[in-house]
Amino acid sequence: MTKTAIDLPPKGGFSFDLCRRNAFLESQGAKMPKFRKTGTTIVGLVFKDGVILGADTRATEGEIVCDKNCEKIHYLAPNIYCCGAGTAADTENVTDMVSSQLELHRYATSRESRVVTALTMLKSHLFGYQGQVSAALVLGGVDVTGPHLHAVYPHGSTDTLPFATMGSGSLAAMAVFESRFKEGMTKEQGIEVVCAAICAGIFNDLGSGSNVDLCVITKGGKEYLRNYQQPNPRSYTHSKGYHFTTILSSKIRSLRNHVRVVEGDAMEEE
Amino acid sequence: MSMMFAPRLTEAAAPTTHAAPTWSPYDNNGGTCVAIAGEDYCVIAADTRMSTGFSILTRNYSKIHQITDKSVLASSGFQADIRALQKNLDARHQIYQHQHSKQMSCPAMAQLLSNTLYYKRFFPYYAFNVLGGLDSEGKGCVYTYDAVGSYERSGYSSQGTGMQLIMPVLDNQLKSASPLVLPLRQSTTPLSEVEAVDLVKDTFASAAERDIYTGDGVEIVIVNRDGIRHELMDLKRD
Repeated sequence: MTKTAIDLPPKGGFSFDLCRRNAFLESQGAKMPKFRKTGTTIVGLVFKDGVILGADTRATEGEIVCDKNCEKIHYLAPNIYCCGAGTAADTENVTDMVSSQLELHRYATSRESRVVTALTMLKSHLFGYQGQVSAALVLGGVDVTGPHLHAVYPHGSTDTLPFATMGSGSLAAMAVFESRFKEGMTKEQGIEVVCAAICAGIFNDLGSGSNVDLCVITKGGKEYLRNYQQPNPRSYTHSKGYHFTTILSSKIRSLRNHVRVVEGDAMEEE
Repeated sequence: MSMMFAPRLTEAAAPTTHAAPTWSPYDNNGGTCVAIAGEDYCVIAADTRMSTGFSILTRNYSKIHQITDKSVLASSGFQADIRALQKNLDARHQIYQHQHSKQMSCPAMAQLLSNTLYYKRFFPYYAFNVLGGLDSEGKGCVYTYDAVGSYERSGYSSQGTGMQLIMPVLDNQLKSASPLVLPLRQSTTPLSEVEAVDLVKDTFASAAERDIYTGDGVEIVIVNRDGIRHELMDLKRD
């Protein structure tokens, strides 16, 4: 068999060479590894003075909860935040990448970032990967043109809305929004409706749970309210401690003679 | 030049593959069951959540069924099949009582359950069972089953979606003797009844933290020489 095309060096991005092999293996009964998804409830709402974003805090790997208190509201710019649902790695990386691009853009233009800029960067990235980057986002922020709220879908389409929900709990949350949303609510009213919507997802959707995170963005600034509500404390704890393995013997060696401690700066933690 | 072990990827050479079936006779309603056998008691517990897919059908469904005065069956899996299985066992027990003028003992019920499950070996009951109770000597006994009736008497067991979270904790705390060590010991746990119930509550609370299908409430049934007692505890509802 002669090769008609010259082997070009890979240009980056995804290589789809193994897709046929994967499809064949799957038809033969092999199980594909599970991704860590955030099976989530995320919402956004426009109120009188700005935008409120809300999210639950449960991350699942199939049927098991792998993180009971993860952060789903990601920073994009000082005035723009983004909630992410779908594959956790995808939402993390796409929001980090657009956040970096926005910062460079701010230096280049000497202006505050606009929400539509973030929107265009996200949608062109997601469309370029044809839905393989499984990130469903609720993007919200306030810029010189006013408050904006958008829903971004994994294939790259977007909606501009006064209220939006995404994730496996989106139906439960949307039911609350459709029932209680009004134009021009105050901050307190908006927070109450967003909390009710997230709680509807937390209690009625098995993919969402634990606590409610909020982010309120106005012209003056932003309030990141981590764990604003914690409606799920642990129901029961064993009255006495547990006894595990009996210690048969212990030996303690001091390392002071072998290790020389030198002063230095503490490592920066992310 | 022959590549003998290359997978055949062309449509013509490949064996006909069936399209993925769209309808399944089974559904998994989730949930977890646990049973612990003591010297003169048996604790059987199951959560009260019934779910399908990512939704909750009800927060208050009992997975526990009392078959005789001394045997209690807890089952998780497909609740429609489990209902049918319970009715089947009840009918068979009634016939036994008419023929023998006495109730079935727990070991006898255990074997009946195994035979009933294997009878449907080629269209199984989607039921993961744990049978608990007191044997003829008044000692606690627990029997675990797979979907087609393979069973074993043990000191404790768990089945269902939270089984993999709870079983290692029970193994650690109850230290069951390995079934491979001879002479075979039908071990019961040295824990008191109160300690066993405490352990069950804590393991369910922990399972509800990490398993999305376990939660809402746990129903605990304690069988001892005085009879059968029920307790109900709340679990996380998220």
